Amino acid sequence: MSKTTIVPFGPQHPVLPEPIHLDLELDDERVVQALPSIGYVHRGLELLAERHNFIEMAQVAERICGICSFIHSQGYCQGIEQLLGLKVPPRAAYLRTMWAEMSRIQSHLLWLGLSADAFGFESLFQHSWRIREMLVDMIEETTGGRVIFGTCKVGGIRKDVDAETLQRIGGKIREMESAFNEISHIFSIDRTVKQRTVGIGVLTAEDAHALGAVGPVLRASGHARDLRQLGYAAYGELDWEPIVETAGDCYARCIVRLREISQSIDLIKQCIDRMPSGEIEVTFKGKRPQGETMIRLEQPRGEVCYYMCANGGKNLERFRVRTPTFANIAPLVHMLKGCELADVPVILLTIDPCVSCNER
Amino acid sequence: MRFLKKSPWILHYAATSCNGCDIELLACLTPMYDVERFGIVNTGNPKHADIFLVTGSVNEESRQVVENLYAQIPEPKVVVAIGACALSGGIFRDAYNVYGGIDKIIPVDIYVPGCAARPESIIDGIVQALEILEQRASERKRQRKLVAL
Ligand code: SF4
Repeated sequence: MSKTTIVPFGPQHPVLPEPIHLDLELDDERVVQALPSIGYVHRGLELLAERHNFIEMAQVAERICGICSFIHSQGYCQGIEQLLGLKVPPRAAYLRTMWAEMSRIQSHLLWLGLSADAFGFESLFQHSWRIREMLVDMIEETTGGRVIFGTCKVGGIRKDVDAETLQRIGGKIREMESAFNEISHIFSIDRTVKQRTVGIGVLTAEDAHALGAVGPVLRASGHARDLRQLGYAAYGELDWEPIVETAGDCYARCIVRLREISQSIDLIKQCIDRMPSGEIEVTFKGKRPQGETMIRLEQPRGEVCYYMCANGGKNLERFRVRTPTFANIAPLVHMLKGCELADVPVILLTIDPCVSCNER
Repeated sequence: MRFLKKSPWILHYAATSCNGCDIELLACLTPMYDVERFGIVNTGNPKHADIFLVTGSVNEESRQVVENLYAQIPEPKVVVAIGACALSGGIFRDAYNVYGGIDKIIPVDIYVPGCAARPESIIDGIVQALEILEQRASERKRQRKLVAL
């Protein structure tokens, strides 16, 4: 009879920029069971909604996570706008879409670099971060921030982007696209990458559905589900299709993200071309949020839900976030069962865990 | 700054941060900012590290990790706190689950402000940490000599 050993993985681990802990029960090199334990990044952010007024809270919501920062504040603002019965002007909706897509690209590139690092492909890591830097420059040029944008506010956006800057961004995004295509090609045909990812950590379409996977993990298993299809912000008016792969392994998840970067580049170009003119915010003087609402958005990592409950005061009564990483932990534990110890970092990274979103 | 005799290695830990500062810190290691030109290498092993970079506002769970890592880094060591969270709790100061500041847990030498801290200021913080590291190293050498006498 074989004896199992328990190997702790994390919270401080070279492949993880963020702390998460897994207890891996091993039989030789094979993982029998993986038990995640969390709590390293729990701050109690949801309760802050009761201490800050609903306008300030947009800034706090942005700091749920520094990677998908903008989309968090967008979701929060959409919720409050729904409670107040506001409709944001089209220009604000388009700019929000543009920033959300920039945020998606930078998140995916960041992930691409980290996972290349996990495969032991150091130069690809450096290259993808070099390209990410081009994008972060564009973000800085339009918003003033690098990772925390701070431009979303209840009723619209805080800052307009003039036509000249938009033109410049259009040019830069083309430059970035060609640089990205180079590494994207390397990533999708390289033998090292394929060896580490093809057929590893397979999640079948049924399992993905049953375990409630979201985002690229779900789409890599053959489900065409992307919450941008709801048509929030300007997505309803742009031309795009959710990206689907069918293999369900680590490689498929990488390819979904790579293709999503190209898609987001395309969406940004569309936003720039069709940018409507006009106001960037609506005023709501004296109005206070009242009632309950639920908002769902597509984060780089998948579906995020915000629940908000207000009773007409200046603070919300309850603010609740369900983040994509939380939904993806069950599929992760399922995928880890039966894999080799050496594959654990790769599988873990292909769900693109964002611990600070997850624990808030 | 004078030239350095050794290449300092850094250890990074995200103690209850929002990630913003952590990715800025990672950005320092990549081609755009490239701290490796100062001989600085990122390591995952506390026993190899000289400079400890901590971000975030620290909760009970991560306090234990921070203390552990700090204890495992060999002397001389320098601690750099990065971001408003790590300085004072920042935007999470009022949250119920944070200590609010790395210096409540371990001694901090350099404070890098910003939310998120910019890579330039992080590099500035690391360079200042290098000076302190040199000082501490020579201080240790002097004391060793005294003991030997
Ligand atoms: S200082 Fe700001 S950006 Fe940095 S970890 Fe804290 S909240 Fe995030």
